[in-house]
Amino acid sequence: MSAVNEVRDSYDVAVVGAGPAGLTAATACAAAGLATVLFDEQPAPGGQIYRAITQTPVQRASILGNDYWYGARLVRDFQASRAQYVPGATVWSLSREREIGVSTGGAARLTQAKRVIIATGALERPFPIPGWTLPGVMTAGAGQILLKSGAMVPQGRTLLAGCGPLLWLLAWQYLNAGVKIDAILDTTARASRSAAWPHAPAFLFSPYFRKGLRLMLSVRRRTKVIAGVTGLRAEGNSRLQQVAYRTADGAEIRLPADTLLLHQGVVPNVNLAMSVGIEHRWDDDQLCWVPVVDGYGGTSVDGVAIAGDGAGIAGAWAAEERGKLAALAAIRALKPDTRQDILPDEANIRLALAKVERGRLFLDRYYQPAASFRIPRGDTIVCRCEEVTAQQIIDTVALGCTGPNQMKSFLRCGMGPCQGRLCGLTVTELMAQTRGVPPAEIGHYRLRPPVKPITLGELAALPKDEAAIKAVVRG
Amino acid sequence: MAAPDVIVIGGGLHGCSTALHLARRGIAALVIEKDHVGRHASGVNAGGVRRLGRHPAEIPLSVASMELWHAIRDLVDDDCGFQSHGQVKAAEDEAEYELLRRRVEEVRALGFTHEELVGRDELRALVPAIADHCVGAIVCRQDGAALPYRTTLAFRRKAESLGARFLEGTRVTGLRRQAARWQVETDRGAHEALHIVNAAGAWAGAVAAQLGEPVPLEIIAPMLMISAPLPAFLKPVVGATGRPLSFKQFANGTVLIGGGHRGRPDPATNWTDLDFAGLALSARTVWDLFPPMRDAQIVRAWAGIEARMPDDIPVIGPSRTSENAWHAFGFSAHGFQLGPIVGAIIAELIATGHTNLPIAPFDIARFTRPA
Ligand SMILES: Cc1cc2nc3c(=O)[nH]c(=O)nc-3n(C[C@H](O)[C@H](O)[C@H](O)COP(=O)(O)OP(=O)(O)OC[C@H]3O[C@@H](n4cnc5c(N)ncnc54)[C@H](O)[C@@H]3O)c2cc1C
Repeated sequence: MSAVNEVRDSYDVAVVGAGPAGLTAATACAAAGLATVLFDEQPAPGGQIYRAITQTPVQRASILGNDYWYGARLVRDFQASRAQYVPGATVWSLSREREIGVSTGGAARLTQAKRVIIATGALERPFPIPGWTLPGVMTAGAGQILLKSGAMVPQGRTLLAGCGPLLWLLAWQYLNAGVKIDAILDTTARASRSAAWPHAPAFLFSPYFRKGLRLMLSVRRRTKVIAGVTGLRAEGNSRLQQVAYRTADGAEIRLPADTLLLHQGVVPNVNLAMSVGIEHRWDDDQLCWVPVVDGYGGTSVDGVAIAGDGAGIAGAWAAEERGKLAALAAIRALKPDTRQDILPDEANIRLALAKVERGRLFLDRYYQPAASFRIPRGDTIVCRCEEVTAQQIIDTVALGCTGPNQMKSFLRCGMGPCQGRLCGLTVTELMAQTRGVPPAEIGHYRLRPPVKPITLGELAALPKDEAAIKAVVRG
Repeated sequence: MAAPDVIVIGGGLHGCSTALHLARRGIAALVIEKDHVGRHASGVNAGGVRRLGRHPAEIPLSVASMELWHAIRDLVDDDCGFQSHGQVKAAEDEAEYELLRRRVEEVRALGFTHEELVGRDELRALVPAIADHCVGAIVCRQDGAALPYRTTLAFRRKAESLGARFLEGTRVTGLRRQAARWQVETDRGAHEALHIVNAAGAWAGAVAAQLGEPVPLEIIAPMLMISAPLPAFLKPVVGATGRPLSFKQFANGTVLIGGGHRGRPDPATNWTDLDFAGLALSARTVWDLFPPMRDAQIVRAWAGIEARMPDDIPVIGPSRTSENAWHAFGFSAHGFQLGPIVGAIIAELIATGHTNLPIAPFDIARFTRPA
């Protein structure tokens, strides 16, 4: 029997994503007696940060670190709750009436929820350098997934390049696991560093400050870090052979490499939210689209909230608190007479949130990737699905395309299976630069469901009975 | 800048085509578009260039338009992605085949020969992938498909190169007659011209109402979906008889599935909600008719906002309340193919007051005449 048959026709609350935000949101809603379901694509709860926490083959606790194992508590609380958990479930559509399309085990269902909490987290920002599509080049996030769920680590000559906390965390975890890292090519831009300094005092009080510092020092002790890297390119015939870069003195250097792990920060995963028409704005600090949310994650679409990094990058601890706030709003709306001691304690949550969000702007500015790493030129690939280059996109502006939606009709850029997840930001910034207007004016792809591919067979099997079919064949 | 002779309201294919044909006659047009050219039905439709199955009243226009399609490069300097691999309408059983046979007779009786009845073997030869139970079909061998957004933009570019002007991001908000000229108010200033053309697509009802001739226009949102690329298996565009379907494979291998089922439009915000229960029915039709498609990945679905008239044919011709005002709207989800000819008709009407094509059935008076 397929797991999809366990999906009911309707729920009070449907939560999408089993990272820290989704876990706390679902736990709190279920505690208040709301019929709650949690859909997640992965086979086990934890999201990105606590991925595979209940089943990772990485047994030595010190490899992944305490911050990873901390997640076990969130998962335990969730598992003890009465929320229904549907793993391996891809949510591929959400309508403004909060009808959810979900697939699991090769079968699809439509279900209805009174409230939806989107907790689909973050994605790595695209890092479109020459050669980034060569086999042997992958993102740090992908590297980390292989480590957590499969205890797999790169073999041979390994380079990490880019900037941002996750790059350092992965380096640290690799080193703990005994991986030899040949070098870390640090692309943190000098201009970003200076722009961040005014916010440094606030960051001194962030819980991330001491942890981050300790982790960086530990990495620096054990591997070579090359600062001020520019002009990064991956080279090789059919797979990665070497990595070229420049440093401040201008000379081009080449390092042989079998694996290059790229990373320059994370951005909200907005596809599901945009596909339901939630209003977004361009964030000039995080250089990405961010949904417009109220203090509880509520959005411009009635009954749909966003919690966690999907509502703006703030990290796992903040996600946990933001999940509870979204749950609070759902409980108040659906069960206003819920006893005070069952409700999440808003004052405490807000205190905790303020603490972990302190100095966030410092991190945003400090790790803001340089334009040359975000906005490619020439024949560097932008869209991996359709192999569209930067120059091709620039050329459509001359044809009269003013934004991504016109452009994609010509190049199919963004129309592949990834639905623009891997190229969306690059395209927005590239067209903005070409036209000399701000990214907000360029806009993003109009995203339409299914936000993740489903098979024709799954779709064909959706209507359950003849009455349902009659209801749709009208006029 | 000098006042244009004609203001065209709406930058869809019909507005752009009208501007182009006016420009070819040396008549200066200004197209005013509230969003961007090709943003709506004209840019996102299925691209079917089809005479097959047209309402009898539309056949003469559709046939004339097809001649323009086959010489589209001469008209707009771009091939618009037009390919003529035929359109096929399959019968799934004998009763359906009988309906098709009668249809072909009816079309012949009107003096047209483009629709041709074919049996089982010929259908298999044309569409090898079709399911075994299909017994025959109508084919229109010279029909085909084009790329809608590229087409609309090509019409626009050619019109512009001949002197037409386009104002995008500008919404027409009011129309006034003053000293035998039209004063056209927009949310970004006023313009004036001798003639106006209502090519406002799904929003054309508001323009007609302003002219004192409200019409029973329904705003609909036909849905489409597309697959990830598959090995080539299909050349013509295929439809069914007993259930709605439009099915075709692009050169890049992706397969477009449409037909019939509708989402929910919100014309005020340009938003459309998709109805997956409806898309599921289209998927089931494809499942039945094209077994190789069963494991295909559906990667995207969308809907366009379109105007539908109660009799499913458009309004084309003069306003019956106001002088020098012309209508071209209500194409009821099959107006893409008609784009090239309808622009020519409106331009001819403006230039000469007359056209040889039979447009009487499209008169707006059929809705506004007292019963
Ligand atoms: C999903 C779908 C599939 C289709 N498939 C086919 C097919 O295969 N073959 C076929 O022949 N036809 C097809 N059609 C129908 C075809 O797309 C339309 O009939 C045709 O494009 C209509 O063109 P138009 O110029 O009248 O309308 P539109 O393209 O909608 O243009 C009207 C324009 O007017 C603008 N406008 C409206 N009001 C104002 C105002 N007050 N001020 C300024 N601007 C205004 C709008 O913004 C819009 O851009 C399909 C339609 C859809 C939606």
